[in-house]
Amino acid sequence: MLARVEAVSIPAGTLPRTRKVGDRIGDGLLYGLTALAAILGVLVVLAIIWRVADGAWPAIKIFKLGFLWHNVWNVNLNGGTFGARDLIIGTVVTSFGAMLLSAPISIAIGLFLSELASPAVRAPIGTLIDMLAAVPSVVIGLWGIYVLAPFDANHVAPGIHAVLGWIPIFGGDPHTESTVFTAIIVLTIMTIPITSSICRELFIGVPSELEEGSIGLGATRWEMVKTVVVPSVRGGVVAAIILGLGRALGEAIAVTQVIGNFIPMERSLFGSGDTMASRLANQYQGASTDRQIAALIYLALVLLVITFVTNFAAQRIVKRFEFQRTGGA
Amino acid sequence: MEPGAISLRASGRGRRRLLVNRVAEGTAVLAAVLAIVVLAIVIWSVGSRGIGAINLDFFVKGPSSDFFGGDGGIAPALVGSLLLVGVATLIALPTGVLTAIFVSEFASVSIGRQIRLWLDVLNGFPSIVIGIFVFTLAVKTKVPVLGIGHHQSAVAGGFALAVIMLPLVARSTMEVLRLVPNHLREASYALGVSKWQTVLRVVLPTSFGGILTGTTLAVARAAGETAPLLFTCAIAGQIVDWNPTHSVQSIPLTIYLDSESADPALHQQAWAAAFVLILFVLVTSLTARLLLERSRKKLGLQR
Repeated sequence: MLARVEAVSIPAGTLPRTRKVGDRIGDGLLYGLTALAAILGVLVVLAIIWRVADGAWPAIKIFKLGFLWHNVWNVNLNGGTFGARDLIIGTVVTSFGAMLLSAPISIAIGLFLSELASPAVRAPIGTLIDMLAAVPSVVIGLWGIYVLAPFDANHVAPGIHAVLGWIPIFGGDPHTESTVFTAIIVLTIMTIPITSSICRELFIGVPSELEEGSIGLGATRWEMVKTVVVPSVRGGVVAAIILGLGRALGEAIAVTQVIGNFIPMERSLFGSGDTMASRLANQYQGASTDRQIAALIYLALVLLVITFVTNFAAQRIVKRFEFQRTGGA
Repeated sequence: MEPGAISLRASGRGRRRLLVNRVAEGTAVLAAVLAIVVLAIVIWSVGSRGIGAINLDFFVKGPSSDFFGGDGGIAPALVGSLLLVGVATLIALPTGVLTAIFVSEFASVSIGRQIRLWLDVLNGFPSIVIGIFVFTLAVKTKVPVLGIGHHQSAVAGGFALAVIMLPLVARSTMEVLRLVPNHLREASYALGVSKWQTVLRVVLPTSFGGILTGTTLAVARAAGETAPLLFTCAIAGQIVDWNPTHSVQSIPLTIYLDSESADPALHQQAWAAAFVLILFVLVTSLTARLLLERSRKKLGLQR
């Protein structure tokens, strides 16, 4: 039987205060602590930009913007003369080269996982490809030096050279071991899991009504992918590729292990080269003078600006894309 | 036929379309196979070359003092990595979890979005630049703080790793907190429990497993990072050193230095250390991912 609730009249002012003093303090404390932590994250980003810009200042004063297009890296010349041109070119060439290879492969993997594989296959294969991202870069680099580089120099590069050797970028001696080409392959391997896992999520998110409608109209799977799946998430795919690019631009260790750390850069991909991140990794011990340290930090600043712009662009595209898809919800 | 009507007669292109479809499907399968084959080759290369040098001595001895290398061990690097990752976790775990609590329990949608954006920006910074940041902050600075400034140390290296772990911990914790069913919070409030008690006694315990696995993934990532240590914790002695204010050896840096050396005996050491590292990283991230999947399912069912 239900208990009958008697009408209760409470005299005004006798209700206990519902919020105890301890709870007020507890709530305030938790709010303060968590807000502090959140602000700390933002502060670290600002501090990184400030410290790196500050550390680079002596070099900025000496080399000005000419640092970007001069191509000398000599500790002894005039008490240290530094310019980053070939390092910037090396960074751009390796990263974009890697993107050219990794973008189609990653999109294909994303399509395989989202459209072809059954759920039972999707999970383990997806996990395995994500594991490729978990392999530390120093291990990929070690493998790059002693397994990939000799394989490239003995089999891949001579093969390409024999067919396309008349193009300058595939010219030169194809039997060199430390090459820009190997660095591109290493970066491709490192960016595939990043780009492909985002692509997979994007393709899975395409509404199945659209896909079924396309199939129902008689399209083959490929025609469905070409006309419905990829166009509806195009912006997201571009962002996924740019995020992979950001990773490739900043990778230091694996690149420095295989690229040969040599400037001026050769015209051929089968020669040695260097990138900004790789030069930083390579010179950490050799940096003896204040001016050289400042030049290295200037280099870090340039790298920071480039990756910042790249990632920011990718985030903006992703945001705009999410906005479009959810209608701003 | 009326104008505008669609002809239903076979166009004769069906065979070609099916062929194109087949080729496209084959390419997609091939791409996935390629990625997995590369993973298999990397693991096999490291395993087959590294396993020969692994024995008990490898884990308990220091590097050989012999000029020509030889059968040394990685004990100092193991201890050093433990210290570095320990310091990093000590800093990144509370900061990351508190940040996530702020975003999911206190902040408005737009502020939450802002903080997420900054964390993504931090996550996108090259790790070598983070190393240089800590170098200018703790190593090169003229004011020694707590006796750890003005020289390389495990604290400096650990701090650099913490900056790398922070966005990872915060983002993964946010994901898990978002999965905590709202009716649990509401039930708690309905009982008159205050917000901080609800967070500490309902929200955090419910998402504990997810936070733990997210942190484990971040630890696995930090344990393999080399670039942030180059400027902050690279020049170290050859003995086991438990003092975090000293510069210590670490596994990734040992692999890097040994791989660049001209001595084949050290290459062997590099492969063996790489085998230990890759085993640790793959086993921990695989376990963490499986557990994460399970706790996600568990939370999903409660809804």
